[in-house]
This record gives sequence, structure tokens and C-alpha cells, in this order.
Amino acid sequence: MKRNIAHIGLASACLVVLFATGCAKKTVAGPPPSTPPPTVVPKAPPTPEKPVIARFQAEPSTVVKGSPSTLRWSISGASDISIDQGIGSVSDTGTRQVYPSADTTYTLVARGVGGTSSATISVRVTIPEAAPPPPPPTSTARRSASEFMTQEVQDAYFGYDSFSIEDQARGILTNNAASMKRFFGDDNYTGTNIIIEGHCDERGSDAYNVALGDKRAQAAFEMLKGLGVAENRLKTVSFGKERPQCSDASEDCYLKNRRVHFAAQ
Amino acid sequence: MMKQHFLGLTFVVCAATAYPQTVGRIDIVKTDRPIIAVPDLKGSGDAAKFMDKFNETLWNELENSGVLKMAAKSFYPLQVPQQPSDFKQPANATDNMGGLWLADWARPPVSANFLAMGFTAVAADQIVLSGWLEGVNQPTLQAAQLMAKRYFGPVSEAGARKVATEFAADIMGQFGGKSLMGTKIYFVSDRSSHKEIWSMNYDGSDQKPVTGYNSISSFPAIAPDGSKVAFTTWKDGTPQIYIHSLESGRRLTFYNQRASMNASAEFTPDGKSLLFSSTAGGGSAQIFMTDINGGNVKRISTNRAIEVEPRVNPRTGQDLVFVSGRLGRPQIFKMNMEGVDTVQLTPGDGEAVNPAWHPDGQKIVYAWTKGFDIGNFNIFIMDVASKQFAQLTHGVGRNENPTWAPDGMHIVFASKRGNKTQIYSMLADGTQIRQLTTAGNNDKPVWSKATQ
Repeated sequence: MKRNIAHIGLASACLVVLFATGCAKKTVAGPPPSTPPPTVVPKAPPTPEKPVIARFQAEPSTVVKGSPSTLRWSISGASDISIDQGIGSVSDTGTRQVYPSADTTYTLVARGVGGTSSATISVRVTIPEAAPPPPPPTSTARRSASEFMTQEVQDAYFGYDSFSIEDQARGILTNNAASMKRFFGDDNYTGTNIIIEGHCDERGSDAYNVALGDKRAQAAFEMLKGLGVAENRLKTVSFGKERPQCSDASEDCYLKNRRVHFAAQ
Repeated sequence: MMKQHFLGLTFVVCAATAYPQTVGRIDIVKTDRPIIAVPDLKGSGDAAKFMDKFNETLWNELENSGVLKMAAKSFYPLQVPQQPSDFKQPANATDNMGGLWLADWARPPVSANFLAMGFTAVAADQIVLSGWLEGVNQPTLQAAQLMAKRYFGPVSEAGARKVATEFAADIMGQFGGKSLMGTKIYFVSDRSSHKEIWSMNYDGSDQKPVTGYNSISSFPAIAPDGSKVAFTTWKDGTPQIYIHSLESGRRLTFYNQRASMNASAEFTPDGKSLLFSSTAGGGSAQIFMTDINGGNVKRISTNRAIEVEPRVNPRTGQDLVFVSGRLGRPQIFKMNMEGVDTVQLTPGDGEAVNPAWHPDGQKIVYAWTKGFDIGNFNIFIMDVASKQFAQLTHGVGRNENPTWAPDGMHIVFASKRGNKTQIYSMLADGTQIRQLTTAGNNDKPVWSKATQ
């Protein structure tokens, strides 16, 4: 339904809404790189010799607890190579980061037609006085729903005592609609809805502002719905002037509070 | 829809033109009040150490009563009678007895009409106040004595305050005043870092929380018998109405309308129904009425604009004042319980909000930005029949949420004077402003009658 708000506009001199445009829209990070599929170990040509362990080393060989050491190996003439300590089968040349929590000895066993060779290395672990930083993530963490909202969806602002969506807000909501469609289309956010929060500045009366914030949230809802955002995953709530973003008595601050804000839930 | 819209606009223009802009005098607090002299009373024995608190309480209660004027202490005679037997009738009517005769208090510079006097002592583990009220313009002691009474309380500061408050209540009762003793003010405070409903005594003492939802709980309304509080809470996500018993502290059943908001509730004068503003059915928030448990829903207003803060006339129960955005900026209107016979009360300039009925059902107190910038509200009172209004605060702070004390003489309101919003009380002529809260931000006070 198209909302007729003309009588409000006529009677109240809506303040001109000015705010920074071109707010840096952050680039969407691509999906994290997937781990390469395990390489098929090529069959070594038949040879009577035992496998040769050209290299098996740890760099560094002493680490602070929580830091990685890199194991490197290079084997020839083996059909089956494995490293203990939970690493398992590996290809004939490779590296592996390990995070030993205490002094650890790694044993590499290479089996071939001509026999079996093995080698060991030790990684010494020192424990720092202070608590170590947590280990860096082994893969890029997926953005949480709230991170997505913070990065991709912006607040839209209103004039004083108005719930009419002006050009500036229309632009923001149009961008938001595109982001929200991606959000709702992303399997990672299945079951997560978006709450449209209506807020007001501190100058109107408390009770009136709860109703005004409701109109702002509804107006944003109608527009997003019109732009094809899944309406069954949009919810609205008005906070009136109960939860201001900014508490200074200035027009800058008032403007920041006359908004619809979007939160994942 | 467009037709309806233009009709609405036409109505608005007519109503605005027809509005008589009158600033009137609304005499709730009389200017020609009797003058009373209240010299400090003395206490004997263990009572003596509580007399500072006693005298402070007695003075404040009488000064704040709105029915008396206080004679300045600096003009009092040197000798103060403590009981009628201390009086010495002069041989000549014009002789000055230095305070020991009635006329010493009546003539300038004291110029009092009445004298409160007495003393306290401890007897049988009780503080005992013997108090008298004398009309000092009378020629004889017999004619002068208006009140002679004993008051009892525990031997403590609280006991001293109790007897002082009771003595003051009896004195103001002689002049048609009603003591606020035992009345409570409910309000919203964020001092716990969440907005909760709180209560305090009428003088700001004994502040304590009523709710503990750790959400936003606001907009308290008190049942006419003081037994329940209805409020708006965001505990369940969207603003919804909750009702708590103030006797048991428990939540009572109230079925909210399916709506994005149910807020700004108020009890009807019979306590059997609740009015509130709701978006049930879609569109702008409108005025609804239900039974006290949320059943029997009736929509009262049917407008496209925002309508909030329904307040039913406490005398008639037949009409209500409310705030509507139908003219653009919010203004105060009146209509009957069927939602018709709408009358515009405030003329349309600025924003007029927060109406609250005087107990007599003839006047309202409200917040209005008239003459000030957006958001800079002052407190006004209006005689509803004549639409005459009077301004009570004048630009000091941002003044909102006024409501009446049960005595119809005092107003409590919230004011932001500095960084924080606090609760103040005042007489209905804008004098005797007292700050009642200091911790955190405090607003939306409602004054409940005394309960047992």
C-alpha cells in the first residue's frame, strides 16, 4: 500500500535532512579459500633401494607455546609416507604447520618396495610468562550476522516529526535491500531475521515518539518489501526516544537519533 | 482516501481559526493565603536531639501545603510560648509582651494570622508532641485556640518526622488543605543502568525499584485505588503493556493486542478498564480500550494520524483527553468514550503533549513548547471548558510529564536542568519547586493516593 503522508508534510515544516553521503561501502569479502584437495601420492617407480629421506626438518625447532612450527620433508622412492602425532599420510614433498603444546618428537616413516626408512625431529616448546595470544585462525572466519549487518546495512535518517522517506534515505534503503537479499539468500544466515528499529530524537514527547518510531520502522518495512526483500524475515520495533544513539543536545546528534537501524536477530 | 484527507484538513483549518487564544488565571493556589508563624519547637530529654529534623519537617510541610503563607522567622519575638499557660494577657491591649501574648504575633513585623506552637517530650518510650494552633487576631485565649492535640511516635528521627507531619496535616486541614502524607510517586529511573519503574514517598524519601526486567520499562500508570501499576516494557522485544500488583509485586494477566506497539496505558476512573495506544490493525497508533485483563477490545479513535496518551476524565469517566498528530505537530484534544465530539484544546502552535487531569475533572496540566524551540517544553495548566491556560514553568530546563498530586494542589514533573533529567514537585502556581531525585535520570512521575 502506498502511504499517504501528505497531511503530515503539509502541517509540519520538516527539517531539511543533510548528512554525509558516499559513506564508504565496504567491499564484500569473497568466500574464504577452501583447503586444497589432498594430492594423490604418485607411485614411485619400482626400485630395489629403500626410500631416501632427503629432508625432514622443523622450522623453527623451538617455538613459544601457541606458535606454529613448520615441518618440511622431501622423500624419494617411497610409496607410502606417514608422520605420527596425528598427521597421518602425506605426499612425498610437503610442509605442515604444527602447534605442539609441549616438546614433541615427530617420526616420519617412508615405505617403499625396497624397504622402510624413518627419521625423527623434535620441536621444543617454551611456555611464556604471560598468557600467549590465541592461535591465529587456521581459516578466514565467516562473518557473523551482526558483522554482516554492521558492514553492509546502513541506518536511514528522517526529518523532525516525520516518517516520510526522503531521497537520501531512499538511496540508503535501496542499497540495504540489495544487501538484505544477499543476507537472506546466504545459507549461513538461515533462520536469522532482520529487526527494523525505529528511533526518534529526544525532543518530541516520550509517548508520541514511540508511535512515531513505529511509523518510521513501518515505512522502512514497506519500502524494503516493495524492493523484494523477504517480508517474512523482516520485523519492526519502535524504541521511541528510549535508546538514543547519541545524547548531545545538537542538531547533529538529533539527526543521528532520527533513524531506522537494522539488526540481525 | 484522498477525499477523507481533504475533509480532515478543512476541519482542522476551521477549528484552528475558531480557537480563542486566551491566557487566563486559574486559581488553584490562592494568592491571599492566611499567614502562619511557626517558631521552632523545643524538646525535652531524649526528644531534644530530633528537634532539628522535627522543625524542618513541620516548616516544609506547611510551606509546601499551598494553603498557608509562612511568616518570616527573622521577625519573630524573642520569647516563644510553648503552651497556652505561657501566655500573659497585657494590662493594656497595645502593650508588647515580647512574644508572650497573641497580639505580639499579629502586629507587624510578624503580621501573622495564626501561630503554631507546642513542645515535645519523651514519655513511656514514645516521643510525645503537644501541639496548638492559635488565631492570634483574637482578643482572648479562649477565642484564639483552634486546635490542641497530642501526637505520638517512636523516639527516633523517623518518629520526630511522623509527629511533625501529622501536626502539619491537622493544621493544613483547618484551612482546607490535604496532607500528602502516605502518598507515593511512581516514576522511571535508569540508575540501575536499565530503565525500571521505581517508587518513592511524596517527599522523595524511600526510593526503591518496582520492576527488575533489565530491559526498558517505562510509562507507569497507577490504578485509582493505588493497587496496580500498568507500564510499557520492551522485555519481549516490542513495546507491550504489563500490569503488576503493587500489593503482591506479582505480574497480573493482561493480554496485549497483536501489534507492533501497545503503549502509554491509563486506567479508567473505576479501575475496571485500561486505555492505551496501539497499532493493532495496522496504520498509526490509535486509542483502544480493554478490560483490565486485555479482553473486550474496543477501538476508540479512528484516525490516520498518531494518537497517544489517552487520559479519562476522573470525575465523569465520560470523556478523555489525548494527544494527536492530526494537525501535524502533536496537540491535545478531547473526545467522548465513543471517539466522537472531538474538541481541540491546544491552539496548534508548538507541540502540546502529556495531558493529565486535575482530580476535579475540569482542568488539565500538560507540557507545551509554546514560545520556545522544539523540545523545550514548559508546564501549563488549562481550564478545559474555557480553554484558558496559565504557564507554570518559564524556560528553566526542559519540563515534561506533569501529573497531579491527589490533593489537586501539587504537580510533579520531570525536568532536564543540566545533563540529567530529574523529578520535581511544585505547587500549582509554579512556586515551591522541589527536586525529589538525584541518582541517574528520572522521569514520568505519577502521583498515587495514600494506600494502607
